[in-house]
Amino acid sequence: MAASPSTTSVAGAGSLLSFSSSLSSPSRRLLLPLVRRSSGGAGHRAARIPAISAKIREIFMPALSSTMTEGKIVSWVKTEGDRLSKGESVVVVESDKADMDVETFYDGILAAIVVPAGESAPVGAPIGLLAETEDEVPLAKAQAQSQSQSQPAPVTQSPPSPPSAAAPSPPPPAPVATPVAVSEGPRKIVATPFAKKLAKQYKVDIGTVVGTGPYGRITPSDIEAAAGIQPKMPASSPSPAVTSVPQSPSPSADARAKAPAAALPPIRGSTVVPFTTMQAAVSKNMVESLSVPTFRVGYPVTTDALDALYEKVKPKGVTMTVLLAKAAALALAKHPVVNTSCKDGKSFTYNESINIAVAVAIDGGLITPVLQDADKLDIYLLSQRWKDLLNKSRAKQLQPNEYSSGTFTVSNLGMFGVDRFDAILPPGQGAIMAVGASKPTVVADADGFFSVKSKMLVNVTADHRIIYGADLAAFLQTFAKIVEDPESLTQ
Amino acid sequence: MPASVSLSLSLPLSPAASPRSDPSVAASPFGAFRRFGLRFCGLRREFLSLRSLTSEATGRISPYPARGISKKVLAAAKSNGSPTKGFDYDLVIIGAGVGGHGAALHAVEKGLKTAIIEGDIVGGTCVNRGCVPSKALLAVSGRMRELQDEHHLKALGLQVASAGYDRQSVADHANNLASKIRSNLTNSMKALGVDILTGVGTVVGSQRVKYGKVGFPDTEVTARNIIIATGSVPFVPNGIEVDGKTVFTSDHALKLEWVPDWIAIVGSGYIGLEFSDVYTALGSEVTFVEALDQLMPGFDPEIGKLAQRILINPRKIDYHTSVFAKKITPAKDGKPVRIELIDAKTKEPKDTLEVDAALIATGRAPFTKGLGLENIMVTTVRGFIPVDEHMQVMDADGNLVPHIYCIGDANGKLMLAHAASAQGISVVEQICGNNNVLNHLSIPAACFTHPEISMVGLTEPQAREKSEKDGFEIRVAKTSFKANTKALAENEGEGLAKLIYRPDTGEILGVHILGLHAADLIHEASNAIALGTRIQDIRFAVHAHPTLSEVLDELFKSAKVNMGTSPSVSEPVAV
Repeated sequence: MAASPSTTSVAGAGSLLSFSSSLSSPSRRLLLPLVRRSSGGAGHRAARIPAISAKIREIFMPALSSTMTEGKIVSWVKTEGDRLSKGESVVVVESDKADMDVETFYDGILAAIVVPAGESAPVGAPIGLLAETEDEVPLAKAQAQSQSQSQPAPVTQSPPSPPSAAAPSPPPPAPVATPVAVSEGPRKIVATPFAKKLAKQYKVDIGTVVGTGPYGRITPSDIEAAAGIQPKMPASSPSPAVTSVPQSPSPSADARAKAPAAALPPIRGSTVVPFTTMQAAVSKNMVESLSVPTFRVGYPVTTDALDALYEKVKPKGVTMTVLLAKAAALALAKHPVVNTSCKDGKSFTYNESINIAVAVAIDGGLITPVLQDADKLDIYLLSQRWKDLLNKSRAKQLQPNEYSSGTFTVSNLGMFGVDRFDAILPPGQGAIMAVGASKPTVVADADGFFSVKSKMLVNVTADHRIIYGADLAAFLQTFAKIVEDPESLTQ
Repeated sequence: MPASVSLSLSLPLSPAASPRSDPSVAASPFGAFRRFGLRFCGLRREFLSLRSLTSEATGRISPYPARGISKKVLAAAKSNGSPTKGFDYDLVIIGAGVGGHGAALHAVEKGLKTAIIEGDIVGGTCVNRGCVPSKALLAVSGRMRELQDEHHLKALGLQVASAGYDRQSVADHANNLASKIRSNLTNSMKALGVDILTGVGTVVGSQRVKYGKVGFPDTEVTARNIIIATGSVPFVPNGIEVDGKTVFTSDHALKLEWVPDWIAIVGSGYIGLEFSDVYTALGSEVTFVEALDQLMPGFDPEIGKLAQRILINPRKIDYHTSVFAKKITPAKDGKPVRIELIDAKTKEPKDTLEVDAALIATGRAPFTKGLGLENIMVTTVRGFIPVDEHMQVMDADGNLVPHIYCIGDANGKLMLAHAASAQGISVVEQICGNNNVLNHLSIPAACFTHPEISMVGLTEPQAREKSEKDGFEIRVAKTSFKANTKALAENEGEGLAKLIYRPDTGEILGVHILGLHAADLIHEASNAIALGTRIQDIRFAVHAHPTLSEVLDELFKSAKVNMGTSPSVSEPVAV
């Protein structure tokens, strides 16, 4: 399964993960060098040193998305004392967007779980320790103890330094197997299911074992013999130590949970429900938006033509969301400055693609699936994409690039009858459009004739460091023209 | 019970007085009661009262005084009825499995003169070669697992010396259980006066059935209605040579004639999974061969994933998915069982397994040959007999065949023993004039592994599909056994209960449970579905503490039903 080596994944800004939808499993699995060496100063440097010095590796909280700063352990797939082989899932982590199985890229023994299931840890913080051999387990445990006492404060720098820069994985340890001289060339090796499991566990190269079972097959006891283990003494020898799993939650996580409660006396009858990871991410983004100087420009748009078009394309599965996203994308194509973002406060970042993020409310949260290249794809293709994105967000299976690659956001509360509202600019984007309901309105034309037209108010919030009033006004004018004469949408 | 009193009016004679129904004998003394009996078969009331008028006109009615009737009624309240004029029986059932048995019991209760034809032994697959003996083996495997799990025992503070078993005694236990249940079944029918006719039944015409043992002359009987309940046999794909010793089906495996060191199980559905539980507990190693791309394809995906984590990965089991067993050769001439695997899609040869035994658990095929279906112009579909929602048989042109019904595995609607029985009861209701359609979505299913898996209704993907088609929203609620006191007391906290429901109405669409005693827990959900109980009502029902049933209590309570409130953000909505 672990087809893609982790090192290929180290991409630019923030995304340091390689994803792969595993074919066999419905859940997504994360392939990453989950582990870094704990000895030495900077973890990623140390990993370049060959495997002699450090035998204990830290398993750290991976960054599952660019916005993720901390993650919650849903469950440990493995327990302390379990042997891990690379590619096996070790832990299930809930990020702000999805639950993911996280796999290790190293063989070893899960010596200690530092952050138990249900607890959260900042990205990059150690959540468990991986020992290479059983001898190192006590050492790792001691280390875990000291670590849980001096837990690092929550990480605050936004994109955590990519620990996966620890590119070249050290050579795998030599097989412990006692090599058996007799190799019979092309003979097919037959090993029983349990023998294969044991071989993996004891790292015995099954090709070197001579089977003594019926028809020359390799039996579990052959593997045990090859691994130098006496039969009748199963691998449970370290189990007494393992059973006493230190369940003590990390003190800092505890403190963080309790801190806000002290601020205000609780109102009688109130219940405190902690944020889910997704809600925490929303909260963080919203607070972050306060550092951006934004302004708003509103514009009324006549929608009779758009409504007529919608009726026509509705049977083909096109939704209003897609039409609006498409219209915005076409307008952005003509006003590239509205599609920029300001990353450092000193420059414009012109985005090559026009990726329209659409705000989606989902049970207890908010997510922004992205219609990529919305200016280039036709509305039917976009509608298909949109349907897929909705299904994925429902299943919490959006890939990071499917919710974090937006260059412009559209938010529509029109279906609730909201006539106008004001959206908060998400970090990393230049502008966001808030769409209100389309309502019949009496309008007077230049000649003084009254008529009733459907009008909706759109309101764009933008980062004034890069987008100015006239930019937005011109953009909105173009947008209104497209909507009022929507033929270009179906081209 | 007023109902039974009125019912019994149609059961005037003690079993002794009701001989093997020679119609000419039966006709005259029964005439008087026919009018009463008709009440319960409302549909036929007019038609028959006309008939009874004619018989009155012929003056062949014996005028029993009313009092006399009521006395006899009490004596005969639970005995077989008298047939309607012109027929040997009101109902003839072909096949005495669980489906036929359920139908027979209910028919007698409804006052129908009933016979059941069985060519083999009473009890059918379930009792003799299925659910019943396998539960005996699984009871053994469950205990073996507990006794072998040192870690678990230690956690409970128990010390047990090494556990072992005697194969023959285990096999005897399974066999004895089957015999006992079989005799219970036979006795229950005999006690009610159901005629058990021995032989292979064949439909001769729309209301005629013949039966007889091979080499003996057939006997023909007439019946007002016929139920076909001939069940199924293990399905063996082409290319697989079953010798009953090293390559075998569940029929042989249940006899537990030996415990192979290494057995391949072809098919990872209920049957395969249960046998993997038995064999691994008894010390075998197991290799699954599954044609689809994941194990346990019939289960809700989330349950399947967890089941794999609990029931497959930690055990001495490996598996090959997306492969067909193209050819399986039994062990002979000092060679092991050979299984040739080909890729399920490309059909390219993939691998060859050499194992000690192979269990073929690729499903079951309907047993409908020799039923004389051609006499009533019925063509089977892949062996299954086509039926409508009332289980009434349809002929090749899709027209209903009057008076003939088919229940259980033979119609393939839902191949479960209790489904067959429920269908049988539904048919009896139907022929007695009570319109009855069985809601198959309320029928639970269970897999008796350790821990057990159970389910009722739709899986999440099925529910999603339906919700998209019919335009409603669904939600999923889940609870874990880890939070249940009783489960933790047993040190068996692994497990999940999952509820799929409509937040707008509170309707339960499906419930899936994996965990301790899941098979017993499902009925709260299946009953709720059958009775149409909504989550907002059932969540107020009280559960004894501490019990495993609180897992479901939690589940219902964690569901968010938003009756009357805007369902604005329960499903993804672009905003």
